Amino acid sequence: MYSLLPVLGIFARILIAFSPAFFVPLGWALALDADEHAQMWTACFALTLVSGLLLWAFTRQHRRELQARDGFLLVNLVWLVLPAFAAIPLMYTVPDITWVKAYFEAMSGLTATGATALSGLDNLPASVNVWRCFLQYLGGLGIMLLVVAVLPMMGLGGFQVYRAETPGPMKDTKFTPRIAETARGLWGVYFVFSVVCMLAYKAAGMSWVDAFMHMCSTMGLGGFSSYDASIGHFDSPMVEMVATVFMALAGINFLRYFIVLRSRSMQPLLHDREVLSYVLVLAVSIALLTALLLVHGVYPNFWEALRTSAFHVVSLATTTGYASTDYALWPVFAPVLLLFLGCFVSCAGSTGGGLKLIRMILLIKQARRELVRIVHPRVVNPVTLGGRVVPISVMTATFGFMLIYGAVIVALTLVMLMTGLDMVTAFSAVIATVNNIGPGLGQVGPASNFGVLTEFQLWVLTFAMLMGRLELLSVLVLFTAQFWRK
Amino acid sequence: MNIIILGAGRVGESVAESLASEQNDITVIDTSAARLRQLEERFDLRGVVGNGIQPSVLREAGAQDADMVIGCAASDETNLVFCKVAHDVFNVSSTVARLRSPEFVEGDWLLGKSGFAVDHVICPEESVTRYIHQLISYPEALQVVQFSQERACLIVVRATSGGAVVGHTIGELSERFPGVEMRIVALYRLDTEMEAKPSARILPGDEVFVLADAKKIRQVLGAIHHIDKPVQRVMIAGGGRVGMRLARTLVGQCEVKIIERNPERCEYLASQLPSSMLILQGDGADEDLLQDENVGMMDMFLALTSDDEDNIMSAMLAKRLGANRVLSLINRRAYADMMQGSTIDIAISPAQTVIGELLAHLRQGDVAAVHSLRRGAAEALEGIARGDAKTSRLVGQRIEQIKLPQGASIGAIVRGEGAKSEVLMPHHDTLIETDDHIIIFIPNKRHVREVEKLFQVGATFFG
Repeated sequence: MYSLLPVLGIFARILIAFSPAFFVPLGWALALDADEHAQMWTACFALTLVSGLLLWAFTRQHRRELQARDGFLLVNLVWLVLPAFAAIPLMYTVPDITWVKAYFEAMSGLTATGATALSGLDNLPASVNVWRCFLQYLGGLGIMLLVVAVLPMMGLGGFQVYRAETPGPMKDTKFTPRIAETARGLWGVYFVFSVVCMLAYKAAGMSWVDAFMHMCSTMGLGGFSSYDASIGHFDSPMVEMVATVFMALAGINFLRYFIVLRSRSMQPLLHDREVLSYVLVLAVSIALLTALLLVHGVYPNFWEALRTSAFHVVSLATTTGYASTDYALWPVFAPVLLLFLGCFVSCAGSTGGGLKLIRMILLIKQARRELVRIVHPRVVNPVTLGGRVVPISVMTATFGFMLIYGAVIVALTLVMLMTGLDMVTAFSAVIATVNNIGPGLGQVGPASNFGVLTEFQLWVLTFAMLMGRLELLSVLVLFTAQFWRK
Repeated sequence: MNIIILGAGRVGESVAESLASEQNDITVIDTSAARLRQLEERFDLRGVVGNGIQPSVLREAGAQDADMVIGCAASDETNLVFCKVAHDVFNVSSTVARLRSPEFVEGDWLLGKSGFAVDHVICPEESVTRYIHQLISYPEALQVVQFSQERACLIVVRATSGGAVVGHTIGELSERFPGVEMRIVALYRLDTEMEAKPSARILPGDEVFVLADAKKIRQVLGAIHHIDKPVQRVMIAGGGRVGMRLARTLVGQCEVKIIERNPERCEYLASQLPSSMLILQGDGADEDLLQDENVGMMDMFLALTSDDEDNIMSAMLAKRLGANRVLSLINRRAYADMMQGSTIDIAISPAQTVIGELLAHLRQGDVAAVHSLRRGAAEALEGIARGDAKTSRLVGQRIEQIKLPQGASIGAIVRGEGAKSEVLMPHHDTLIETDDHIIIFIPNKRHVREVEKLFQVGATFFG
């Protein structure tokens, strides 16, 4: 066992830094007269701050340079403990809530999954819904990334942390000499998009508080809403359109936007293989779904079919999980396609979850390569991406990731089946949480919520969300013996 | 002219050779004394041992009196610095650098007087690639060279019995093809020059040099050669600089297979070329590999490694295994002359192809383009008739009045600029006008000087 104290020291500082996040719901509580929870938010802030300070005082003498494995430990610690603090206010405001549900809800928020265990959202105080959505905003792009961006981390290389949290197969590419600058750039882009998104929602007819909440869960690709009927509550084509556009934008690698701004040219975005494939996959899926809805007569009007299918394809594929209607009632191909898209369509470095499109591209290229090799045994055709050979190490890491991804899904599905769930619910719930999509099918379909599950099932899915958000390996590495050896 | 050449490598050597044979004073700078001694023994030139980017070495080589410096060293950096030093320290008026990187473009500010001071860029790989690409586009031809912004071109083609005019005399050409303006400027039979007079008969196997409008290349080829189907499948042995550049130009035009020996180079090629091109790791002279990869189905096989013997052997092997046409890069002149027209359909000397470009910069008077033909033995020159009837030896004259050296002939005149320009096939009474581009075929390089002088403009005729 190696000493955890230095890591706890840094964690304490992150906890202190996290405490002001409670000001956001506090602000809304004060702004909206009907809300009498201002004191509770202040108390939550104080509790988090004091916990952080105490822990900091306790671990103050233990300082050392952060190692690579400290990065993994820290990230896991942050992602396990922050949801606990974030769950506290839910305990006091939501009627008939259990601790598991609150923790599940907070985890679902921070990992930008959007699976909710609560019903009767419409009756909750506005500040509570703000808090749920704001968690998705923070977790969407990455808490640690934000920490690296705004806190000078006192000599600790932010890179280990960045690597442990950022999704995608190629994490070793730095785009600025200092990681903090990259992090700041990413959050800057994220913030600018968010402001535009919020104004667009407002213009589409939402109230300010609704616009803020839905902006948070749109940009974070989370999918929480303040209404049980999700976006369907507004019943407005304009709102759906705004949501579709900004979900699609947030599903693209934010580094690309950052590079576009830096180089003042659209080339990095328009010539990126992943972005092109992303647009293509979305377009093909929308066309397919529109055709399906028209043929089955779900929507007789072409434009309505197109609008609805575009909204749901983008929402599910980017792992947001908004719904404007109960798509589980559509022909069975549609909901399964939507869930399947959610597994891989988001780009690496976006706020979405899942396998990431880039890994899928690498795998397809590898498959094509093997096929050519059968005909031409002497051929040299390494997998290339944008005129560069993809290193073997990245390829094997991708295969390894796929293997673990498959194994985790199978294992968790078996566990869920063991608890007595039916096949559709068990499998779709695991897919929906590991990929941070949100709604599943069956009992946890878009019209229902995860509250129907047992406590144990919720714990399993909470763990699945965490693993999905940290891309499995960052979590599973803690379970290896090597990690803890001196 | 007083010329300094940096680098006695393959390019440096051929440049030195072709310039020394034209009564220029050549000094070659190289770090290898042994290599310089070899050159001094073979050609009439002077060698200076040292690092050519040092002013002291340049001074020793006589840079202060040089009219031109040519950087032919292996690395771009050396050539760039060499030109800069020659221009800034010694005020050399004309600088030429051999630059491999395509990022340095002639006329760019970076190569301007305040930059690296490079007046002209030569790139042998680029010239060879362009040359071979023409041959793939026109598979019937042995060589296609362009003049005057690609308005006119000279086509070298071997007559085959399927061609419409083969077996007929040159005089009958215009009767059989009344619409196509073309002129046969030279005829080689069994490597001997025949006089291209109207009564000469074109026989199968003759090497025919035809000048024609660039739009009529297809018809000209059809007249002398049976028309082949376009080249669709190409196999390249050797994925070096030429092989890779060529493969790039063939994207979307042909199916390409590249055989390269070095595994790392294979990876690099795979990353640079589209994935539809097959990169095969192996030896270009490996019979099994060639057979496995269906060399017999190839429309063209190109041996483009840097090794003459390898190229010859793999090209011959490919031909025997059934490749339709085989082409080989052959650096040594003797080998190239020996192989051309035997088993190997086309032999190309890389060094010779770049000489033409270099010669255009070197020629006095208003010379727009020079192309070296028959691997350096003959030359086609495009000059611009400047001035007026008083100052020029050409303007205002009829063709028959112009005194040309023996064997040389005026092949075509391009009149006018841009879209309005027209290609004329001159007759004995055609009058030359100001700013005409005149293309002259010179069968023997020794007479080039005399032709150049025709294009010089002077107040008097003593210039």
